[in-house]
Formats: sequence, C-alpha cells, structure tokens
Amino acid sequence: MNTPPGGFRLSLSGYLVCMAGICWREGLRFLNQRGRFLSALVRPLVWLFIFAAGFRSVLGVSIIPPYETYVLYEVYVTPGLVAMIQLFNGLQSSLSMVYDREVGAMRILLVSPYPRWFLLVSKLLAGILVSVLQVYTFLAVAWFWEVELPPVGYVAVLPALLLSGFMLGAMGLVMSSVFRQMENFASVMNFVIFPMFFASSALYPLWRVQESSLVLWWICTLNPFTYAVELIRFALYGQFEPFAALVVALCALVFLAAAILAYDPSAGMMARRGGPEDAR
Amino acid sequence: MTAPPNPASRAPAALPALAVTHVTHAFGTRKALDDVSLTVPAGSFTALLGPNGAGKTTLFSLITRLYDNRTGRIEVLGEDVRRRPAAALSQLGVVFQARTLDLELTVAQNLVYHATLHGIGFRAGRRRALEVLQRAGLADRADERVRNLSGGQMRRVEIARALMHRPHLLLLDEPTVGLDIASRAALVAQVRELVAQEGIGVLWATHIIEEIAPDDRVVVLHRGRIRAEGSHAEVLAQAGAHTIADAFLHLVREPEPIPGVST
Repeated sequence: MNTPPGGFRLSLSGYLVCMAGICWREGLRFLNQRGRFLSALVRPLVWLFIFAAGFRSVLGVSIIPPYETYVLYEVYVTPGLVAMIQLFNGLQSSLSMVYDREVGAMRILLVSPYPRWFLLVSKLLAGILVSVLQVYTFLAVAWFWEVELPPVGYVAVLPALLLSGFMLGAMGLVMSSVFRQMENFASVMNFVIFPMFFASSALYPLWRVQESSLVLWWICTLNPFTYAVELIRFALYGQFEPFAALVVALCALVFLAAAILAYDPSAGMMARRGGPEDAR
Repeated sequence: MTAPPNPASRAPAALPALAVTHVTHAFGTRKALDDVSLTVPAGSFTALLGPNGAGKTTLFSLITRLYDNRTGRIEVLGEDVRRRPAAALSQLGVVFQARTLDLELTVAQNLVYHATLHGIGFRAGRRRALEVLQRAGLADRADERVRNLSGGQMRRVEIARALMHRPHLLLLDEPTVGLDIASRAALVAQVRELVAQEGIGVLWATHIIEEIAPDDRVVVLHRGRIRAEGSHAEVLAQAGAHTIADAFLHLVREPEPIPGVST
C-alpha cells in the first residue's frame, strides 16, 4: 500500500476491524430477519423429510467411501443438502452485492478507504458465516431425523464449509456481474442452482450416474459443485478428500479473482442501461 | 482503537478540500460529464446547482470512486482519488441521494458499522456515535431502529454517520429531497454549522434554489458541463442576473433552435 506524504496508512488491525464490522453487520441482519433464516432452513428440510424419506426404499446406496456400512438415503443426501444451503446463500448474497452496488448499503461499503478486493472478500466471508450458522442448525434438526454424524465431523466440516462457501459465493458474484440477464433470483434458480444441484453427486453417487448416462457423468464430473459436496461429505465423517479440496480451492481462487475483476460499480446494471437516473 | 491518522491534519491550509480538474465521463457514447473542473475550498459551503440529469450524481460517484475516473484528476485535500484512494477516501464523508441506512439496525449500530469500515474499533465507534448523535440532537434515539425514524431524522443520522471518521470534506447529494420545509431548513442549518465550527468543506448538490445563501460558493452544472463557478456575486455577474434563480434559469437555458439548422 502506498503511503501518501501525509503519512496515511491502513493498519493490519484496521483491516481486521473492518472485516469484523462487515461480519458483525451481516450477523445482526441475520438475527433480525428470522423469515430469511426460516426459509433457508425449510428448503433443505423439505428435501430431507419428504424427498429423501420417500426415496429411501427406491434408492439404495452401497458401501462407498467415506461410509463404512450401508447408509440410509437421508444420510447420503445430507452433505448435498448442506452444500445446497451454501449454494443458495452464496448466490443470493452475491446477487444482492451486484444489484445493490449503485444504491443501498454497498455504496457505503465501497467508499470505505480499504481496497475493493478486501471489502468484497469480507462481504463474501460474512455471507459464508451466515450460511455456516444455517448449516449447523440444519444438521442439528437432521440429527433428530436419524442423520447422526460422528462428533468429529461437526468440527471437521467447518473448514470445508468455509472453502466451499468461498467458491460458491465467488462463483455467484462472477456470474451475476457478467450475465446481465440474471436480473432476478428465479432465473438464477432455473439456470444455475437446479442444474448445478441435480448434475452433481448431491442426490446419487457418481458410479450410479455413470451406469445410466456417461454424458451426465461427465457433466457431474466437471461440475465444481460435485467437489464441494464430496469435500463436505468426507469432512462430515472426519476425513479429508484431497482431490475435492484441491478442485474447490482452485475454483475458489479463480472465481474470486474473476469476481474482483468483474465487480466494477461503473459497469453496474444502471450503467449498462445507459447511466444512472440523474445523468439521463 | 482510534481512527486512522488523517492526512488533512497535516495538510497545508491552502489545499482545497476538493479539486476536480478536466474530468470527463461517458456511459457508452453518451457523455454524462464533459471536461468538468471545480474547486471546493476548505471550510466553504459550495452549492452544486443543477437540474435533474445535469450529472451531479455521476460526479459524486467519481469523487467517491464508485466509478473510476479515467480522464482528468480528482483530489481530496491533495490526495488523488485514483492514485491514493485510501488516503483520499479516508477524509471524505458522503451522504448519497438514495437512503443508505440499514432500516433493520439501530441508529448506533449503523454508525458503529460505518466506523469499522474506516478501521475504528467497536468501543471507540460507539463512543464517537454517541458524540455525533449528541450534536445532531438524536442521542436519545441511538438504540432505536432506523425504521422508526422520520425522513428528516434519517437524513440527520446519515450526516452524523458521514462525520464518524472526522472527514474534512462532506459530499451531500440532494439530501433534502422528500423532506418538509422545516426539516430541510434544519438540515441546511446543521451542515452550515459544521462548516463554520469545524472548517469542513461541503459540496452540497441541489436543484432547490432556496437552499443557497449569499455567502455560498456556487457551481452551476448543466448537461454535464460547468456553466458557472464562483462566489454568489460572481455567478450573478457571469449570468448577468440579479437573483440566483434568474442566473440559474439563464445558465441552463437551451439555445433557441435556428430554423433549418440541425444541432
């Protein structure tokens, strides 16, 4: 960082305070918006209670790592539902960062003296921490639904959640910065969330997909979300899946770099339409 | 934790609070600002007068670095916004045209959040929040949700928030829009007091003529161009008018189309 003649310098403690402040605000908003919290929780619980329970007798899951025995279908889909919470949360908060950049809270955030990349990373982190809270609440409810994980898994999954959260949040930021058609969350659900979720290992093991369709297997294999699901799945059993971790980390870095480059307030939605209202 | 050291405290008094030099900005092929130059001296109240669509908000977006300025130069107390954004933004307080308070948080929480964005810790931020709210006459509302405040009170909170990190330049983009006459007068008085007591340079964008006082500096912006700049009297002289309202109407008047000549 350059130090101007006046001696101004952003200190490390200042960076930490700034990041803590952004996370603190997100936490306060989360606590104040109980409806948002409930809706984020209801979605995966519906999948767990209705979809997974209904398919329990139809879909059998053989013994595949990290499982050491046959598991209930509800147990199999739980990591995928955890990743789904993060996918929804990541895309939702990233979209709001893009569409709020010319109005609302993002303006105040962006006129902070700290670098834009740091502010965006902090904002992503704040969104991830909220999604982590949602995940732990979901896991607590799932525990009563016979989804009992080894105690170490509840701790080991935390770094996996942070990493996958960064990847999904940054991916959302890139997509919503680049594709101007994504102006509402419904289209994002149809074109991004559902395809990513279904074309992954969230609902069925990849070997089963390969048996039925090689093309779909390739799509699932190329889908970064698959690796987020597997990273979380192994972590929930206290195990580390290095390849999934590597893919997720690399994707997170690439998406993050692209997101920082793509996030240009002067290229915002209003600017693309011909400039802010005042300048018309 | 305290606020980062502010270079303005060591800046020569002669430095203007804001200097905009030859700035042009376009959205696609349409120029929103065309070779704009203006100065806000330290400790002055400068009214940026322009009708809707003049380019005021675009100019504010460039000064606050929401948009990157690619031509010309913008300096806040001598610090180039493009080259030294941190140093420039640290001494800049801003009140945007659209409300930017978080309605779900309390007044104090909004202010403390802003403090942290400038590296001021939570405790120091809380202390400073109570201090600025005291001055704004809103100390008793500190722990109330913003949602419960009136429009005028929200604007006062936004000004208080902009002062949290002790800036030397305050930008206000049409802050009185939507306020009743009494709230508007109170807000203008509050900002003038800041100029007088703390020596803050203020750039007040407006299209409401009544908000301009005879002691103010005036900049008239129309269709992205500066049409006049100077003291109240100088702008009247430039326009050849007796009142600022007449001067404004004269300066933003479109030339009569000449029959048969396309423009």
